[in-house]
Order: sequence, then structure tokens, then C-alpha cells
Amino acid sequence: MDVFANLALGFATVWKIVWWAPGFLQGAVSLPIPINILLCFVGCLVGTLIGVLPGVGPIATIAMLLPITFGLDPVGALIMLAGIYYGAQYGGSTTAILVNIPGEATSVVTTLDGHQMAKQGRAGVALGVAALGSFFAGSVATIVIAALGAPLTKLALLFGPAEYFSLMVMGLCFAVVLARGSILKAFCMIMLGLLLSTVGTDLETGQERMTFGFPPLADGIDFAVLAMGVFGFAEVLRNLENPETRDVVKTKIGKLLPSLSEIKQCINPVLRGTGVGAILGILPGNGAVLGPFASYTIEKKIAADPSRFGKGAIEGVAGPESANNAGAQTAFIPLLTLGIPPNAVMALMVGAMTIHGIIPGPQVMTKNPDLFWGMIASMWIGNLMLLVINLPLVGLWVKLLQVPYRLMFPAILIFCCIGIYSVNNQPVDVAFTAMFGLFGYILIKLGFEPAPMLLGFVLGRLMEEKLRQALIISRGSFMTFLERPISAGLLLVAVIVLVIALLPAMSKKRDEVFTE
Amino acid sequence: MKKLTLGLAAAFTLALAGGAMAQAYPARPVTMIVPFAAGGPTDIIARIVGDHMSKTLGQQIVIENVAGAGGTTGITRAMTAAPDGYTIAMGHLGTFSAAPATYPGLKYDPLNGMQTIGLAGGTPILIVAKKNFPAKDLKEFVAAVKAAPDKFNEAHAGVGSVSWTTCTLFKGVLGVPKLNAVAYRGTGPALNDLVSGQIDFMCDQIVSVSEQIKADTIKAYAVASAERSPALPNVPTTKEAGLPDYQIEAWNGIAGPKGMPKEAVDKLVDALNKALNDEPTKKRLLDLGAVIPSAEERTPAGFQALIKRDADKLTPVLASAPK
Repeated sequence: MDVFANLALGFATVWKIVWWAPGFLQGAVSLPIPINILLCFVGCLVGTLIGVLPGVGPIATIAMLLPITFGLDPVGALIMLAGIYYGAQYGGSTTAILVNIPGEATSVVTTLDGHQMAKQGRAGVALGVAALGSFFAGSVATIVIAALGAPLTKLALLFGPAEYFSLMVMGLCFAVVLARGSILKAFCMIMLGLLLSTVGTDLETGQERMTFGFPPLADGIDFAVLAMGVFGFAEVLRNLENPETRDVVKTKIGKLLPSLSEIKQCINPVLRGTGVGAILGILPGNGAVLGPFASYTIEKKIAADPSRFGKGAIEGVAGPESANNAGAQTAFIPLLTLGIPPNAVMALMVGAMTIHGIIPGPQVMTKNPDLFWGMIASMWIGNLMLLVINLPLVGLWVKLLQVPYRLMFPAILIFCCIGIYSVNNQPVDVAFTAMFGLFGYILIKLGFEPAPMLLGFVLGRLMEEKLRQALIISRGSFMTFLERPISAGLLLVAVIVLVIALLPAMSKKRDEVFTE
Repeated sequence: MKKLTLGLAAAFTLALAGGAMAQAYPARPVTMIVPFAAGGPTDIIARIVGDHMSKTLGQQIVIENVAGAGGTTGITRAMTAAPDGYTIAMGHLGTFSAAPATYPGLKYDPLNGMQTIGLAGGTPILIVAKKNFPAKDLKEFVAAVKAAPDKFNEAHAGVGSVSWTTCTLFKGVLGVPKLNAVAYRGTGPALNDLVSGQIDFMCDQIVSVSEQIKADTIKAYAVASAERSPALPNVPTTKEAGLPDYQIEAWNGIAGPKGMPKEAVDKLVDALNKALNDEPTKKRLLDLGAVIPSAEERTPAGFQALIKRDADKLTPVLASAPK
């Protein structure tokens, strides 16, 4: 039972006690300080806070805190930085639910039903379900890493460019299902998202595309800029237009925690979300972003009454939130077992490890077992802490909704601006966000959903990149996508999803689809 | 947040010292722009060296990551800042030697328009291949690639990146410029496909690949430096392995806008020197597989000469490289 011995080592590392003799007591008393537990708590707390603040993401925060960790021991430093990352996933859902602003690509889906629930006075229930679902998913994912981390590594290596492209195609088919209204409009928004993702320097040739010779566009459009614009700024504009639509305050706040029957309703979505999120999280190249979208699609498809989705269905919060957190946890697998970072946050973790003299590689598990198992144990403790931090805060967050608009809107805008600026330290990004805000407002007015556009935007860049890589490797043969079994399987799923999504629309509601 | 606190602290200090107007440099924190995302090789070297330089200067060196356009966005910002010694930048081989050939509309001139401070650290470049690549040494590898250039795939981290720059030079030396190159967003994803065997080879900095080599998930043919790296003593140099023309190192160095006061330049050079002589700082750099610069390379003139030497080496290859 190696796993238990290893986990014991992990927990022992997390419970490491440092004896601290305060100088002002002249060494008379020595106090036991559980240093790693404290760091884990600090990380989770900071993560929750930055997750709640719109626009301030974990990447900017970890980068800013990196120098502070110089003086710490590497295990403690990494435990804290990891806490910031998955803590931000918890906090991010709060903003998505309360003010309809997704801080991260992974919380876009939570805005769909979560914010609707908040509008109906069920903000507390939505937040509670999100926290409980995240805790469950985080705990399961931690066990998955501990028990299966090493064998699962193979999964990351099975995914080459061809498999990845097919996975993205499958993801795009999910986007059609995300649509609340007209499929035609959703399709237009996906295409717009794909188009926006092609702005910037061509990866293979270094040519600038659609930048109009404007240097700030050379690196393309940042996700945070687009998301803060079309969700954050546009939401503020829309609310300013008719202040009386403040349904949240008018209706009563409602109960804070989900009832037993609501929890029962969520058990299966949480289980499915955890499974989907955990698998997608392991994939290289930020597969975790697909998790919540996939989970939402599954829940909407198998629901007895899919029309509830987009109008405050609790499963539409529980599933994606679990997927999101499971993915955030399993994303550590390629980093810890292969030494290869699957996304930007993990690349930063590589930097943090390197700065502390641990160069990530396939041997971290054998060379630094205390680090490997300590981090895994800390993740479980961290998830528990997050639950303890977040559940009592639900009441506080819900009260935030009662803050008058004249105070809340400027605050949202200021936090968005700070967050946007902190991504690249570029003032022009803030101007872009404002522009996308206007654009998002026009979209809302015309009845277009911004969520499918964001999915198209996130997937577009990856999809193009992987398509071209796969074709260069196969010397231009498209058969590579069908010859490789995993890739072919994923494409098949994509076709099935598309057929299921389009059939009812084509037969029953054909008129509806094209009239609007 | 930290910057804000530092700014407030600086404002407070200024208010206290209000009477004495002619202050000695540095009177407030110095911003060092790193033109890449935090956590990358350049950023790590900047943070390690900057940490010790702050002690000598008596003022914090604040690292500001301004990523974009292969690092040229951040360097442009530093070189167009006021030349008062309070804005400097940590650039590398790509932004200082290769950029003029790679980016035609470059807004700064690394050869004539900068005040160099000195080299902070170099990282050796390795030629690595997938684990089951049949060639047993560099000579066989070169022969295989030359015999069938169409057969192989090379990975790099995007046009303008260190891996692209150094591998383009490698292909130039071999005379097979049109070899299939696959671009990735960063070294991590490229390494993933090299480990899984979809990609045949790549050139990259030792810090990114050394652990994979030690774990036998990929193999190294040679290190493109004058001497073997202590981190991988079994890997021969390109000279030993029969390709002496391929010599390149991914160095990182500090420079600021032209016209900085002499006092600022002298103090920064002195602080850099003290950092590189400090044993704990040195050890941290060596742990990364980095090479500590020679006394000559730590001077403004020595660093400027290095920029020119590598620019002369890279410009003809990069200018004619198929993109």
C-alpha cells in the first residue's frame, strides 16, 4: 500500500511544525508554528479574494507574489502558490454568479445559470452549491492524482496535435448547445469568436494578421480583455440603462444554503462534472477550459426539461463548477509527473519551482517526494479550508448585492481596470476593454449571447495552432485526423453531439430557429 | 499591490529628504522590465540577480513583466523611457541580437541606441531529440538530417523565440534551411510532443530540458557552448562532437536607454558585479545550469561587443530564413 505510505509522508509534510522563538521574549518561550498549513491557508484566502475581484487573475497574482516566496522553503512556497490557483477557481464563481462577470475562461458557463439564480433571489443557494460541488470535485481529484497520477501521465502523452484538434472540434459542437435562444445567432457568435482569435502574429510564420499595423494587436486579443469587456463593462452599461431592473434587491435574498432536495438534485451533475473535468484537466495545452462547457452540455442534454437551462437551473451551476475545480486540480498531474506545464498558470509554477532550485522533470516524484506528496496532501486540506472560508462568506457576498449601484458600478469598473492592467502592464488593454464593453452592450441589445463567442475565441486559437501542427507533421494529409484512433473517436462524438443538437431544432422548431 | 506599497514608501522617503534636492542615485526604486511572462528563464535570472542588486543599491529593483511580440514590446518601452537610470531592462539573445533581423519595424537599436550595463547570465543551448531517434551521436544525427531533410520535424516555441533563433542557426550551419518546423506556444507544449515522439528534435535552453535528459525521456546530442555544462557532464560540446561551427548561448543581460547619467551606469555595473560575485546568488544561477559571465562580459563595453558578435552571426541566417 504505497499510496498510504506516500500520503502519510504528504500529510506529515503539510503538518510540519517550525519552532519559533520570538525575539522580544528573549528565547524564553518557543512557539510551534504549523508553517505549511498557514501558507496553505494564506494561499487559499488570497486565491478566493483575487477570484472574487473581477479581472485580477491567478497568473498576475502568482507572478506578483513569486518574489515574496524567495525566503520560504520550496514546499511551503509551492503549497501557497497552488492554493492561490485553485482558491481563485472558488472565488471566480462568486463574481460570475453575483455580477455576471467571469474572471476566468472556466467560469463563463457559471454566468449562464448562476446569475439567473441570483436574479431570482437564489444567489445563496447558487454560491453554496458551487462551493460544495467544488469541494467534492477537489477532494476526488486529489485522490485521483494520488492514486493514478503516474499512469495518467500516459494520457497527456497520447494527445498529440491531431487528437487535440479533434477535441477542440468536439468542444465547438458543445458551443451550439450552449445557446439559449436561436441556434443561428449562437453559430454567428462562435464564428465571430473564432475570427477574433485569429487576430495577432501568426504562430508559424511570424506574419501579423488583422492588426492594421497597430502594435498592441500584435499579440492578439487577451481573453481577460474580451471577457471583462463583453461581460463586465457591458453588464454595467445594461444595468445603468434601466435601474429599476434590480430584481435581486426587490425579491428577497432567500435562504443562504441549498436545501436537502436541491443537494439531491445536484449529486449526479456533480459526479459527472467531476469526472469530465478531471479527465480534461490532465490534457496538455489547457484542456481544463473545456471541462465546464462539456459538463454544461451533458447536463442540458440529459435533463428531463432542457428549457430550464439558462433560466436558473441548479444543475447548470453544480456540474460546471465541479468540472472547473476538478480540472484545476488534475492540471497539476502533467507538471508533477512529467515536468511539463499544461497551461500558463502551471508554467508559472515551473518558474516558482525553478527559482527554488527544483527543476521540474519526470523525477520530481522520486527526487522530491516530500514536495510531490506534500502538495497533494495540501490540496485536500486546501479544499477543506476553502469550504470553511467560503460557506460562511456566502451571507456576506449576498449582502454585497444590496450595495447601491452608485457605489457598486464604479467599484466593479475600477477592479476590472486594475485587473486588466495587471495582466500585461499595458494601458491600451484597458482602452480595448472599454471598446469591447460597448460592443458587448450592442450584442445584448440585439439579443446575441456573448458566451458562445468566448468559447469560440478560447478554442479558436488552440484549434488553428493544433490543426497546422498536425498538418505539418502529417505533411499535409487530412487523413491523420481519421487514422489516429483517439482523434477519430473524438470527431465521431462531435458529429453525434451536433446531430443531437440540431435534430430537434430542424424538425420541431424549424420556424422558431430562423425567425428571430 | 507591492508596487503601490513601494511607491508609497518611495514618496514618503522623498518627502523626508525634501530639503536635499541633489540626491544620490538611486533615490527611489528602480524598475527592471522583463519582456517576458513571469517564471520564464529570463524572468528567473532577473529576479535572482535583481534580488541581490537591490541590496547593493539600497533601493528595491522592481521587476515589471511586459510581455509581447517576442520580447520587443517590453524592450521598446524600456528604451523609450526617460534615461534617468530608473528604468532598465533584462533582455536576451533574441531581443538584443536577433530582433533587428526578425522584426523589420523595430523601434529600438540594440547596436547604437542603448546603454548596456552588463551580462547577467548565459544558458547553454542543447540539441535534443526524441528518445528513440536512431542516431547514436551528433555526427550520425547531422548525417541523417542532411540525407533526408523532408523526413524530420523540428519544434520551436514560435518565431523570435530562443529555440527558433538557435535552431534556425543550426539549420543554417547544416545547410538545410527548409526543414519542417512546427511552432508551439512556448517550450512546454513543444517538449510534450518531443517526449511523446511526434516531434523529432529541437534546440532549447538547458534549464528546460536537463531533467528530461536525466530521466531518459529524450536524448541530447550536444551542447552548443565552448565547454561542457556541469549540469550534464556526459553531453559533449558541438566542437567535440564534430560541429564546431554551431556555437550559441542564450544569454540574458541588462541595458537601459541611451543617455543615462554616468553615476547610475557605474552604480548598476557595480551592483551587478557584486551580485555575480555573491556565493549564494552564484549557486542559485549555477543550479539552473546557467553560466556565470566573465569579468569582461560584465562591463558595458564587453556586453555591447557580445551583442554585436551574435548579431553578426545571426543576421545573415535569420534574414534569409523561410518563415
